[in-house]
Amino acid sequence: MDDDILIRTENLTKRYPMGGGVLVALDHVSLEFRAGEFAGLVGPSGSGKTTLLNIMGSLDVPSEGSAVVLGERVEALTHEKAAELRNRHVGFIFQTFNLLPVYTVFENVEFPLLLLGLPAARRRALVMQALDRVHLADRARSKPAELSGGESQRVAISRAIVKEPKIVLADEPTANLDAANSHNIIQTMERLNRDLGTTFIFSTHDDKVIRYLRRRISLVDGRVAADDVMTPAGPVGRT
Amino acid sequence: MLLRLAWRNLMGAGMRTALNVVVLSITFVAIVGTLGLLEGFNRQTSRAMIEGEYGGGQYWHPTFDPLDPMSLPDAHGAVPPLVRQQIDAGRATAVLIVPGTMYPRGRLRSAIIKGIDPAQRLVDMPTSSLAAPPGGGDDDIPALIGTRMARATGLRVGDIVTLQWKDARGTIDARDARVADVMNTTVQSIDVNQVWVPLARLRELAAMPEEASLVVIAQGEVPVDGGGWAFKSPDDLLSDIRQLIRSKAAGSAIVYLLLLFLSMLAIFDTQVLAIFRRRREIGTLMALGMTRGRVIRLFTIEGALHGALAVLAGAAWGTPLLWWFSVKGWTLSTMADSYGFAIGSTLYPYYSPRLVMFTMIVLLLVTAFVSYLPTRRIASLEPTDALRGRLT
Repeated sequence: MDDDILIRTENLTKRYPMGGGVLVALDHVSLEFRAGEFAGLVGPSGSGKTTLLNIMGSLDVPSEGSAVVLGERVEALTHEKAAELRNRHVGFIFQTFNLLPVYTVFENVEFPLLLLGLPAARRRALVMQALDRVHLADRARSKPAELSGGESQRVAISRAIVKEPKIVLADEPTANLDAANSHNIIQTMERLNRDLGTTFIFSTHDDKVIRYLRRRISLVDGRVAADDVMTPAGPVGRT
Repeated sequence: MLLRLAWRNLMGAGMRTALNVVVLSITFVAIVGTLGLLEGFNRQTSRAMIEGEYGGGQYWHPTFDPLDPMSLPDAHGAVPPLVRQQIDAGRATAVLIVPGTMYPRGRLRSAIIKGIDPAQRLVDMPTSSLAAPPGGGDDDIPALIGTRMARATGLRVGDIVTLQWKDARGTIDARDARVADVMNTTVQSIDVNQVWVPLARLRELAAMPEEASLVVIAQGEVPVDGGGWAFKSPDDLLSDIRQLIRSKAAGSAIVYLLLLFLSMLAIFDTQVLAIFRRRREIGTLMALGMTRGRVIRLFTIEGALHGALAVLAGAAWGTPLLWWFSVKGWTLSTMADSYGFAIGSTLYPYYSPRLVMFTMIVLLLVTAFVSYLPTRRIASLEPTDALRGRLT
């Protein structure tokens, strides 16, 4: 595998039993993601965006085909190995922020570092650095309930990048935000992508997000309908 | 790390945690309190029986059986030599038992006439009063009875009562006895139906010279060869009472097991609710890199911490309360005396460190186990389902 390729899916298929039949969420999806990409999975609800993100994040396994993430075949990983992969190399950002409500902002961001077993001083430095990157260092002691939606999502971004992962997967990160906050969030992620070299992959159907993407993968009914590199002049087809 | 996280979650749960801890701490204190009462009961009874009757143990004449009244007329004989030496050294005292009849106020009543050395100090009885009856003539036998016997017969100090018995030769004899003292004792077996007289007088009147039915040795005295007389240690002698206390403990266990069950139901319910309410959080924890095993441990520790907090809370409010009870005691109704235990009018609970530790460990283990049970569902939970807020 090319060293630059972080994620590769080949004929990735995911089926779910539904009622008496089967729902095909992903249908023979073959994609590659390289280091430093700022890419988006675009499509309507039910097109398979979240399923693909989940498989790339080792939260789920394919029914057929393969997904190789950082050299690891997701379908072959044990539960513990998958957890380790997520813990070390993958950051998640959720539509509903998913902050732990009883923890402070600092503790929420610190959480992945606790799982990594880093010493307290190192954790503190990394957390404050991550909060500083999203301009929330002054809210470290606040509880999630005291934050606005935009602030909550910035905390979630901070939590995703605090361990400096290779990949950040964001599932509809602006779906619960107003326009101003959506722009702010996406600009923040774009800046982190540029500064840290972290690969960001989104699922979205938000036009505000789409226009920031440097690569747009359109999914329709679980299939890749288009895979375009976005240039100032417009999309350039890859597939 | 999990402990720290669990602690944060527990504190974050606020009132729900507080209510569980309060209920559990009440259970903890109630169990310690109940078991302490039984332990106090056991100690108090044992101490009274040892001080008032059993001493450091008893040698029994081969035919002596306190549970068989028909054997009593034959349960006497010469004291074995080695035991005799203990008596001579003041480390043992002989008791001669002769079944008889008494006639208080003209009524006939069976009685056990017991001879004991008035000078003995091995059992806690005012036998010195047998040495010098107040105003008694030479023919009157000084007699010592207990308050229960006095109440049942209407006898008071100085009253004369006729005693009748059958001597060793089978001759029925009778003599007046003067009540020298009425002793107040918690030990019913030295009181009810018992008439204590000087050993030498009884031996003479019953024609049983140098004989005894049993010999009580001093506490701490090492038993010697009884020459056919069986030695009964205090543990042997108390075994029936302890068995009775054990069966009472088993009965009261139902109450505190029920209490424990209700508390555990609250913990179980809290855990089930927590897993249901926090399934999205569980999914987030997994997405952040926690394994299912760690999530299960986190939730189990959270539940088990209820137990630890309950122990601390119970210690905080229960210690002064139980200490107060142990000092003031529980006043028993007069009915309690009829139950047959040497308790007296006040029962002093005893809370041994062993009892507190045992209860604490049981509570912590049961809480941890009950906390763990609902978390097993997490083992089959897919991260994607949890993130969607679904339980599989």
